[in-house]
Parts: sequence; C-alpha cells; structure tokens
Amino acid sequence: MDKAKEILKKNTMIFALIIVTIFFAWQTGGTLLVPQNVTNLISQNGYVVILATGMLLCILTGGNIDLSIGSVVALVGALAGTLIVNKGMNIWVSIIICLVVGLIIGAIHGYWIAYLRIPAFIVTLAGMLLWRGVALMILNGMTISSFPSHYLNLFNSYVPDVFAGQMNILSLVIGILICIIYIIVQFVSRMNRKKKGYQVETLFAFVIKIIILSAVVIALSYSLASHKGIPFILIILAVIVSIYAYFTTRTVPGRYLYAMGGNEKAAKLSGINTNKVLFFAYLNMGFLSAVAALVCVARFNSAAPTAGTNYELDAIGACYIGGASAYGGIGTVPGVVIGAIFMGVLNNGMSIMGVDNNMQKVVKGTVLLAAVTFDVLSKKRSKTA
Amino acid sequence: MATILLEMKNITKRFPGVKALDNVNLQVEEGEIHALVGENGAGKSTLMNVLSGIYPHGSYEGEILYQNEECKFGEIRDSERKGIVIIHQELALVPYMTIGENMFLGNEQGSVARINWEDTYRKSNELLQTVGLRESSRTLIKDIGVGKQQLVEIAKALAKNVKLLILDEPTASLNEADSRKLLDLLLQFKKEGLTSIIISHKLNEISYVADKITILRDGATIETLNNKTDVIGEERIIRGMVGRTMTDRFPKREDIQIKETSLEVKNWTVFHPTYSGRKVVDNVSLHIRKGEVVGIAGLMGAGRTELALSIFGKSFGENITGTLLLHGKEAKLNNSRQAIDKGLVYITEDRKGDGLVLTNPIRVNTTLAKMEKVSHHGVIDKQAEMTAANDYAQRLRTKCTSTEQMVGNLSGGNQQKVLISKWMFADPEIMILDEPTRGIDVGAKYEIYCIINQLVKDGKSILMISSELPELLGMCDRIYIMNESKMVGEVSREEATQELIMGQILKTSKGA
Repeated sequence: MDKAKEILKKNTMIFALIIVTIFFAWQTGGTLLVPQNVTNLISQNGYVVILATGMLLCILTGGNIDLSIGSVVALVGALAGTLIVNKGMNIWVSIIICLVVGLIIGAIHGYWIAYLRIPAFIVTLAGMLLWRGVALMILNGMTISSFPSHYLNLFNSYVPDVFAGQMNILSLVIGILICIIYIIVQFVSRMNRKKKGYQVETLFAFVIKIIILSAVVIALSYSLASHKGIPFILIILAVIVSIYAYFTTRTVPGRYLYAMGGNEKAAKLSGINTNKVLFFAYLNMGFLSAVAALVCVARFNSAAPTAGTNYELDAIGACYIGGASAYGGIGTVPGVVIGAIFMGVLNNGMSIMGVDNNMQKVVKGTVLLAAVTFDVLSKKRSKTA
Repeated sequence: MATILLEMKNITKRFPGVKALDNVNLQVEEGEIHALVGENGAGKSTLMNVLSGIYPHGSYEGEILYQNEECKFGEIRDSERKGIVIIHQELALVPYMTIGENMFLGNEQGSVARINWEDTYRKSNELLQTVGLRESSRTLIKDIGVGKQQLVEIAKALAKNVKLLILDEPTASLNEADSRKLLDLLLQFKKEGLTSIIISHKLNEISYVADKITILRDGATIETLNNKTDVIGEERIIRGMVGRTMTDRFPKREDIQIKETSLEVKNWTVFHPTYSGRKVVDNVSLHIRKGEVVGIAGLMGAGRTELALSIFGKSFGENITGTLLLHGKEAKLNNSRQAIDKGLVYITEDRKGDGLVLTNPIRVNTTLAKMEKVSHHGVIDKQAEMTAANDYAQRLRTKCTSTEQMVGNLSGGNQQKVLISKWMFADPEIMILDEPTRGIDVGAKYEIYCIINQLVKDGKSILMISSELPELLGMCDRIYIMNESKMVGEVSREEATQELIMGQILKTSKGA
C-alpha cells in the first residue's frame, strides 16, 4: 500500500495526464485519439515543448522566468519571413541568421540579468515590449505569408513511406526499433549496476516500466503510421528533448543549474561562477525561442505581427505543471514535456468538445493553480515529516 | 521584600538533536534590572524567546508565572499584550519608513480603515523625548545611526505600555558614549518602575546597571548573584560562565609531527561590503602549519567568519589588503574557485544557509566543489560519483538510507558530515572549519572531532573557528583570540584556560 502511494506520489502528473486523456477521449467519443488528431496534437504543441525546455533552465536557476519569448518568437519569425520570402535568401543561411539573432537577444537578456543583476522579471518584461515593437517595425504591421515549400517541408513533412502500403510501415518500424534499443540499453545498464553492486529496482517494477513505455511508443507510432507517418517535427522535438534531458542530468553545467537554484550561496562558495550559469540559461532561452519561431512560421506558413502572443505563459505553465519548483532547483525535462502534453491535451480536448473559448481559459487557469498548489503543499508536508 | 514580577520554572526546550534549555529557573523582581550572562549558545536568547512567545506554549516544558498568573503565550502579540516586550540584537526596523511609522508598526493609531497620522507623530515625538532622542519622528530610519535606532526600539517598546523590557545585547553595535547613554536611560526607567532583563557580554556594563545577575551555562542555570549585596568581580562572573569540568569529550590525538607553515596571512584588513569605512577585519596576522589544529576564539561578531571568508578567495568584504602566503609563496586568490584549486577550503558555519543544497541528494552535494574529479569533458560519470559519495558516507559514518537521500531530510549532525565530505572530496591542504559542531548532539560532535584528528594526521592544516571554548581547548594546538575585528592574543595549548581567553576578550572590549 505504501509502495503504491509512493509510486502515485512520484508520478502524479503522469497519472493526471492519463486521467485527463481518458476523460477527453470519452467525452469526444474517441476523436481525441484518432490518428489524425494525434498528429495534430504534436504539431500544435511542438513550440510549447521547445520553449518550455528553455524556460525550465531559467526556472531552475532560482525561479527566474522569461516573459519575452513570445515577442522573440514574433521577431525571429518576422526576420525569417523577410529573409526567406521577401528577399528570397537561401533557407539555410536564413535559418543560421535567425538562430544567431536569437542568441544575441538571449545574450542581451543574460547580461542584464546575470551580470547587472536586474531582476529577470523586469528585464524580460522590457524585452517583451521591446522585441514586439521591433517585430512590428520589421513587418510594418503586415503578415508575410507563403513560405517556399522546401522550407515548409523541413518541418511539416512526414517520414517517407518506402514500402507503399496502406500504412506507413517505416514509421512503425522506427517505433519498434526505438523500443528494442531502449530495452537493450535498459537491460545493459541494469546488469552493469548490479555487477558493481549498486541498488537496482525490483525486476517486477523494472519490467513493468519497460512494458508500459514500449507500449506507449509502439501505440504512438502505430497511430501515426496509420495517418501519414511520423512527422518531422516529432523527430526535431525528440532530438531537442533528448539533448536537454542529457544536459540537465548528466553534465557538469547542467548540475550547476540545479545547485544554483537549490542554494546560490552554497554554489558560489563551491567555486561555481553563478553569474555564468545564469547568463547561459538566458542565452539558451534566446536560442530556443528562435528555434520555436522557425517551427511556428512553418506551421502557420506565415509570419504575423501577433505571432507568439502568450507563448511565454504556455511555457511557464508547462514547467510548473510538469513539477518544476517556482523557487528553482527542482524540475526535469521529461516532467516539462509531460506538462506541455498535458496542456496540449487540455486545449485540444476542449476545442473538440466545443467548450467555449472563454471557459477554456478558466479551466486552464484553474489547472495551473492546482498544480502549483499541490507542488508547494506536498513539499511542506515532506519538510515537517 | 519586593514582589516577584516574573518567575520561569523548570523550563526545558528541545531542538532536534539538542537540549537548548535544561530545567532553567529565573526569578525577576519588580523594578529591578536583571542581567542574563553566559557564553554563546548557553541558552540566553532561547530562554527569552520562550518568555516572549516566539517559541509558543507547548513547544517547551515548564511554567511561566507573570504577575502571579500562569502564562501560555501562543505568539509574540500575547506576551506584548501583557507588557512584555523584547528588543532583539538585530533591530527590527523598516529602513524606508519614518521613525513614527516604525514605532507604531502593528499598533497603528486610528482605525483600520484610516490611520491617524497626527496622533501617530504626536505620540512618537513625546516618546522620543522620553528616551532623549532629538530627532523628528518623520525622519526615515535609514538616515539615523545604529545608536539612535536602538533608542527608537526602546521608544517603540514604551509605546506598547511595556512593563517588562527585554534587551538582547543592546550595546553590541554601539560605541562607548551611546552605550553609556542607553544604560543610563535604563537606570532612569528603573526609578520610574520599569523592570528589565538585559543580555550582555560586556561585564563592566552589567556591573554598572544590574541588580541581579543570572548565569546560564550549557542550557542550565548555574547561579544568580546579587549585585547589590555582594561585591561581584568580573573574575567571579567569568568563572561561573565557563567553569565546567572537562571530561573526555575530546578524542586523544596521537603525537603528530608539526611541519612547515602552510598558510600565512599578514596584515589582513577587510572592509564591510555595504557599510564602507567599517573595518570588519583589522590588520590581522596568523599562520598555520601542516599537521596543526589552530583555533580562533571570540564572541559572535568578532570578525572571525569575515576573516575566514575573505581568505577563501575574497568571498566576503571589500578593499581587502594584506599578504596571503600558501606554502611560503605569495598567492592571489580572487574567487572561491581559485582558492579551492590551490587546496584552501572554507567550511561554513551555516550548513543550511550556504553550505548544502538541501533539495539535492547526498551524492550531488558531495561532489559539487570538485566536479572535475567525477566527470570527463563536462559529462558526469554517475557511477564514479556514486562510488565517491558512498566511500565518504562510509568513512565519516554518515547515517543515511542511501546516498540518494535528500540532504534536507538528514539530521544536523549528518548534514554536517555531508558538508565535511564535500570539502574533503575537494582534496584540500588547508581547511577552515567555521563552528564545525554547532547545533549537533554530543555523539556527533565526538565523531567530528575524530575526523579532524584524522585530517591532521594525514598532514592537513586545520583552522577552527569556534564559540565553544572547551572545544578549542580540547582540540587545538594553538588558539588565536579575536575581538572586535582585531587579533588580541595567541595562546599555546599548554597555557590556554577558559578564564584566560574569556578574560582577554572581555578586557579588550570597547566598553572596558
């Protein structure tokens, strides 16, 4: 019983996600989970995952947030539109220019926040107004649309169907391959740990975990395969998420993010240059905002002056729902991904059900408050225990 | 015989792992000035916090009788309603509010919906006159000096109809003239019938104002001396404060050969980072040799931690001047990273505040100061990290379910061991230990002492800052005495006694 409680406590958001998914699947008569909608869900929420990953690094440093990312998305999108559509520049050169601009904006924020120690809230609030203004100036208030197809294909196309059947067999094969590799890696590392005498989870729990995760991956790839196949955007997301998951858990700079957020004074006395850590978090946020911008213009096939509005709130929401602490030092990339999917399912499910747009906002706000309240209360309890 | 205003009976207060107060008794007569003395950590402040309701009824054992009524204070407001007001060592004033606003903070004049500022400032001005402070009550707190701020605190207490005033080290940050003014004010209030309890380290001040002196030591009342009837010398008070029997609370250290000097600091001066012009370390020189444990004795606020932090890669203070020699060669350490790389580490007195990352497991805390030992090209080798953490947990006998346990869930003693592990892992030559046994129980203390002995046996140099004199006497080969930012003495193990050290500190205090 205690064990079940612990599993439940550790994976609250996963269970919440499952419940919400089942609820909407039931309410929408299964529409939520039809292959076409699953594909939709992924392309609709790609930008949230990318932005939330970057936001997590900022939040980890001590609850610092970045309010400017929606405006940065608009600005970089406007730039991409001008370069690719209006100037007809080579798309690769344009992409590199956009990413560099994102880095520069991130560096500016980072310098002000980390070295001048102006509160992140203020710096990025200023950025939010400033970059939106620049975006409007570039676009002159107009929307740039119709990107060339070779640009759109980078983000909007699917894994090709080499076997030419009813289903996209290659997508299914990829899904199965991922599962096999995952299972092998898990078993090898388990054996290694055992050999060196480290604690390992019980075989039962281990197998169950593998079965569930494999089932999810195969079900997802089956679902995608029966529509158009695995979308490229999913591969981009997987790469980004893997890199940042690795970065935060397995590298020294990643470790420093947690140490700084957990106790900045202790980190400083341990010889960590906390200014550099903070600077990096915002530099990276600028970079990922630019990536998200490129994804967004491809998805909408346009660069609009209002693009990216409220994206910062989606990203922050995904982080907190995904278990990041509002005080910093706690949070994981997989958690944030779950948070983003959770928000995505909520949005998508309510839209399909035809819930009034205003009501949707009420529900989303309530969910965010509930998630953070739960986080704070559960921590209080573990402290007094 | 005068009536008893306050009686505290058999007060016992426990903190996790320690007994801060053990059956303490205190009797205060109406209209007297009662002094409470004792070493740091003797339990003076804890006792006053019990009295004022900061530690609510139920969190301690024993009885408080005030005006012959049993009191069960749940919070500070309860005690203030009865006229018991405490003024803490760190003043509780809001710098950007006026004197008047501060004096009636939480006690605003007028109604909830409309503060009556006329009344507030008129009453404030009257009270300021009573305490002899010639300032307008519309002056901002930040614009007046510490001495005047102390008077504002007293005026604020008077505004609450105080009957029993408690002052915790009121003169600690005051100069001689301001201190004298404050003490005279207390004597004047006494004539008007006010009872006060004063906590102080300055024995000459206590002899000057106090009617009775209660001595606390290790959380227990030792004795109450009557200053009116007996002539009490400072020697007598010091003996009461420190006179404990030294049993085998300290592990024997094998004879260790003390070798060449590893760290030397010459003419070290450090200024305060925010109050420019205030010297926190004033022309201090010291040296430590390999295989030696050197102590620094002193009262809180003597500048010991500031000295240590400024040596540790200038982690505190500004305009640091002086020479630092490591193994005979001059070294410039501009940040903590450089200090760690040169083998000099500082182990903080505040393990929760700036030592450990409480939300991280033991493993992560252990390796934090020297990640390059468990990583290649910035990628962490988790297995190597676990091996290292387990190794230190075993060597230091840290009690934990595994090294994946969150540090925040460990007891104080075990947290301290993790903190020491962390800095041992950084392969230091010289370790500065700041209050290494603060707030941990006797058993854990003994284990920490054993670790220190092992470290010097391995040829390390240890600089130990401690407010517990017996600990310094039991552990150190040499003891420096620091007071009010200056080095005021150095004694060898053989000649050191608690009376000598305490005497030296008190003799050099500004008040003397």
